[in-house]
Amino acid sequence: MLEIRNLHARVEDAEILHGIDLSVKAGEVHAIMGPNGSGKSTLAKVLAGRDGYLVTEGSVLFDGKDLLAMLPEDRAREGLFLGFQYPIEIPGVSNMYFLKTALNEIRKHRGMPELDAMDFLTLAKEKMKMVDMDESLINRSVNEGFSGGEKKRNEIFQMAVLEPRLAILDETDSGLDIDALKVVSQGINALRRGDRAMILVTHYQRLLNYVVPDFVHVMIDGQVVKSGGKEFALELEDKGYAWLEEGEKARSY
Amino acid sequence: MSSTANQLQEITAQDYKYGFVTDIEADTVPCGLNEDVIRLISTKKNEPEFMLEWRLKAYRHWLTMEEPRWANVHYPPIDYQAIIYYSAPKLKAKPKSIDEVDPTLLATYEKLGIPLKEREILAGVAVDAVFDSISVATTFKAKLAEMGIIFCAFSEAVREHPDLVQQYLGSVVPYTDNFFAALNSAVFSDGSFCFIPKGVRCPMELSTYFRINAAATGQFERTLIIAEEGSYVSYLEGCTAPIRDENQLHAAVVELVALDNARIKYSTVQNWYPGDKEGKGGIYNFVTKRGKCQGVNSKISWTQVETGSAITWKYPSCILMGDNSVGEFHSVALTNNYQQADTGTKMIHIGRNTRSTIVSKGISAGHGQNTYRGMVKILKGAEQARNYSRCDSLLLGDKCGAHTFPLIEVRNSTAIMEHEASTSKIGEDQIFYCQQRGIPAEAAVSMIVNGFCKEVFHELPMEFAVEAQKLLGVSLEGSVG
Repeated sequence: MLEIRNLHARVEDAEILHGIDLSVKAGEVHAIMGPNGSGKSTLAKVLAGRDGYLVTEGSVLFDGKDLLAMLPEDRAREGLFLGFQYPIEIPGVSNMYFLKTALNEIRKHRGMPELDAMDFLTLAKEKMKMVDMDESLINRSVNEGFSGGEKKRNEIFQMAVLEPRLAILDETDSGLDIDALKVVSQGINALRRGDRAMILVTHYQRLLNYVVPDFVHVMIDGQVVKSGGKEFALELEDKGYAWLEEGEKARSY
Repeated sequence: MSSTANQLQEITAQDYKYGFVTDIEADTVPCGLNEDVIRLISTKKNEPEFMLEWRLKAYRHWLTMEEPRWANVHYPPIDYQAIIYYSAPKLKAKPKSIDEVDPTLLATYEKLGIPLKEREILAGVAVDAVFDSISVATTFKAKLAEMGIIFCAFSEAVREHPDLVQQYLGSVVPYTDNFFAALNSAVFSDGSFCFIPKGVRCPMELSTYFRINAAATGQFERTLIIAEEGSYVSYLEGCTAPIRDENQLHAAVVELVALDNARIKYSTVQNWYPGDKEGKGGIYNFVTKRGKCQGVNSKISWTQVETGSAITWKYPSCILMGDNSVGEFHSVALTNNYQQADTGTKMIHIGRNTRSTIVSKGISAGHGQNTYRGMVKILKGAEQARNYSRCDSLLLGDKCGAHTFPLIEVRNSTAIMEHEASTSKIGEDQIFYCQQRGIPAEAAVSMIVNGFCKEVFHELPMEFAVEAQKLLGVSLEGSVG
């Protein structure tokens, strides 16, 4: 589904990604771990098409199409979803209106009829239950005045409504207490499907106790330095990243 | 500059939809201003003597005044002798009903989306349409007359209801008030007049549509609304003008009077031609709007959406004389390309327990400069007065500006004042967030701006709110709207 080849990207004058290779198949869940500043979030943003992140080398194929040639909105319509580390507030725009507009853009792109307000509400209510989200939040402005936990639930709720092919969840576990983490994890697990892939970007192992990945990759200094199965995450929990960082340094000498 | 900034620039470079010129024969006085021109205007309008005298007094006073320069706007000096002060579409005879109005004119309004025909009865809006200097049609007149409501062209009111006009004209905005009000008083050609008798709730929205068509013409209309004891009226005003290279002057005066327990709601969607992308042409919109809450428990509320004009200079204000009277000002002002707006309000608290609310939303895009200027004055006798003010500015791109000049003057220690202000930039983050959910950048900007203005749009009558939302869309975007 996703083929990343030798991806180099820079922000302003600094190259952050130094040649990433990653292959994700439908139905798989990949975790990308690594210390702060390793380029994990940059990779997520580059894939979603954030302005200001310049790809200098390499290619990304999404379902066989050149992902990097698409506008951010077209990537979304093709089925790429980014769960934001810091979800953005849009004052005065209701959650309901925002998400209905988004869903209908995606449905139009897929040649499906647009949903009217009533049908959308029915769908939204059903999906809100998945993340145990308070129904009153649907009429509030997008993320405005939401607690950290509410914002993250809102991201997973949006993912449930938009039904992406590939979900990239950037630090979805950060800032969550243990109860919220469980709820969010349940939501993510409920959305795992054979035709849907997920990439979990996370600093800590604890999310992976609840959402068990098929593959774990460690990124250090803009490169994937080591990959493994789900047990690799536990090993990292034990040993930290330092031993890998040293190896990385040794390699670069 | 990042590519989002580029995108913003593209999105905000829009075209003006109402820039067509109607080819219609006009009755025009020679350009320039002197007492003869004023006499000629007065004669053309068959005015009674008192009106001409008032005009001449205003003109003589105007000669002693200087054009104000304190506003935060910049423009070359206006040559007042190069302006045509009266231009009217030639009508074969005064139309008695809408069916007799020149079809070319009706077609123009049709093009603008203004319903004028009686068949639009379901729309429930009575429209007075002002084309250049004269009022061409007033719909629903008969129906309103049954309730004692007078809604007609100003010139008609001068002839048919001289007592009312004489009693109230200049009672809120005297001709000595300011330079442009004095000029308007001398040369005003038409406008709307509206009188709601005691205890009557006007059953429909009253609406005036202003259109500047002729070249090198100034439009000087005057609106006077009187709401007697216990009455209610909601009044809408809309404006457009053709695209022309030279700047055109629009200096209007609006006066509102609310007696005991009366309520007036005045809404404006102003979309005069803003000039082109380089800032050439466009309307100078120098307007004096003021309402007097004369009676106890009276209420005047102004709602304005200002998207047009090269320069906007207006401060719809409330004089809160009656005890417990209420003044409100809700405003959205958008400046794009090289537009400049200096707008806000004055709330003058005189009576006891008077309350006022100010909500101002300024949006600047392109090279637009947006200024909020407000004054809240609590006079000595205004026991327990309250004011809440909030002004928010939104910036799109990095070449525009937002400025705020609030002035608060309190002479009574029982007053409670609140003032909030914010300035924000449409974030690239916000646009990206929308895009990442499948919403294109253009629609995202429109959505974010509309969200920013929501509080004000809530105050507009339903159909107007929809129009305002579309207008913001068109003013900001190339294609979505």
